Amino acid sequence: MGTADLNDHLPPALAEIREEFLAIEQPERLTLLLEYANELPDLPERYADHPDLLERVVECQSPVYMFVEVDSDDIVHLFVTAPRESPTTRGFASILATGLRGLSVDEVLAVPEDFPNTLGLTAAVSPLRLRGMTALLGRTKRQVREKMAA
Amino acid sequence: MTIEADSSAKFAEYAHPERLVSTDWLQEHLKTPGLVIVESDEDVLLYETGHIPGAVKIDWHTDLNDPVERDYIDGERFAALMSAKGISRDSTVVIYGDKNNWWAAYALWVFTLFGHEDVRLLDGGRVKWEAEGREYTTEVPSPQPTEYPVVERDDAAIRAFKADVLKHFGNPLIDVRSPEEYVGDRTTGPGYPEEATLRGGHIPTAHNVPWGKAVAEDGTYRPFTELKTLYRENLGLADDDDIIAYCRIGERSAHTWFALTHLLGYEKVRNYDGSWTEWGSAVRVPIAVGAERGDAPSK
Repeated sequence: MGTADLNDHLPPALAEIREEFLAIEQPERLTLLLEYANELPDLPERYADHPDLLERVVECQSPVYMFVEVDSDDIVHLFVTAPRESPTTRGFASILATGLRGLSVDEVLAVPEDFPNTLGLTAAVSPLRLRGMTALLGRTKRQVREKMAA
Repeated sequence: MTIEADSSAKFAEYAHPERLVSTDWLQEHLKTPGLVIVESDEDVLLYETGHIPGAVKIDWHTDLNDPVERDYIDGERFAALMSAKGISRDSTVVIYGDKNNWWAAYALWVFTLFGHEDVRLLDGGRVKWEAEGREYTTEVPSPQPTEYPVVERDDAAIRAFKADVLKHFGNPLIDVRSPEEYVGDRTTGPGYPEEATLRGGHIPTAHNVPWGKAVAEDGTYRPFTELKTLYRENLGLADDDDIIAYCRIGERSAHTWFALTHLLGYEKVRNYDGSWTEWGSAVRVPIAVGAERGDAPSK
């Protein structure tokens, strides 16, 4: 399956992120990932003061916590926090937070599970390290489903 | 040309004091010709966020492991890697990293498989350098390529394979994982993802000495007398014992291998890098569960 096929099922922002990664060589992909890591927004204050609301992403090798909100227009908002000394994880979190921004419930649920593996990072980052990002996506979808069922 | 060893009083007690350098020593020697500083981390991007001035990066996974087989790179690739990083056969290499130097110790152990002679560890690693407020840079050096010889890897002395472990019963085995992994409740360290190891537990007869027991609060190795109590006295190890250490994939046990070999001076220590991810999935190998060490299988 080529990139074009994959993109058919991908929200535009995520497709754009992938194009961005695939257009450059391996070492630059790491630099780009670092840029994403630096852009991960801080948690909104209502969560900063309520660590109990956050779910731990245990599949990540560092302490990563996330929380999903679905607003009255069925738009999904993903909040993630990861420590400064874990830039790889921050980068993954930031890619998802950026790529899912403003998407509806249905659009988020339709994102392919293997999206993290299609960014051309497996050689530079190793599959082991990508697992955390897959888990973050999986947990995001699960929280969305739970919120919709509630 | 050899660069003088760190003559700190703490190191002088160790069997091979020249294998460790302190943050003070490294600070003073940053620009010494013949010295190459290497950062080796769990997080593949951490180096890019800032590193010790002049340090080059070597990644345990993408640089030191063979991209296809579960093995290390061969002599040719190692030579190419060394050349690209500006390391000559006679360079003094000082390695440091995150997570208490797990990956730094692992990289040092891989350097040793290739017989690189002068390779040292920064005691306390990244965490100590950082805690002391020392300088970091994001400037990546572009070293002059060197003529590093192609040296075949020699696994015999310090690397153990599954078959070696099966023949090892009756000799000391040290499981350096957490107690939860040792008893079989978990297959990875607390805080780490559970990975697809099919069974939990430990290799029968293995002592459980979590790697972290060798480390002080500031991330440095504990002094000689404490390490001696921890391993020699508590486990009853004799001078000429043949010892194998293992963990999950060999990185934490590389840290213990370093302590046993270079700090306590045991001459026959091997790291079983297949570790629990191999043993815990292998067919028909003996496994013990629970806190008891378990018995050696009858031959």
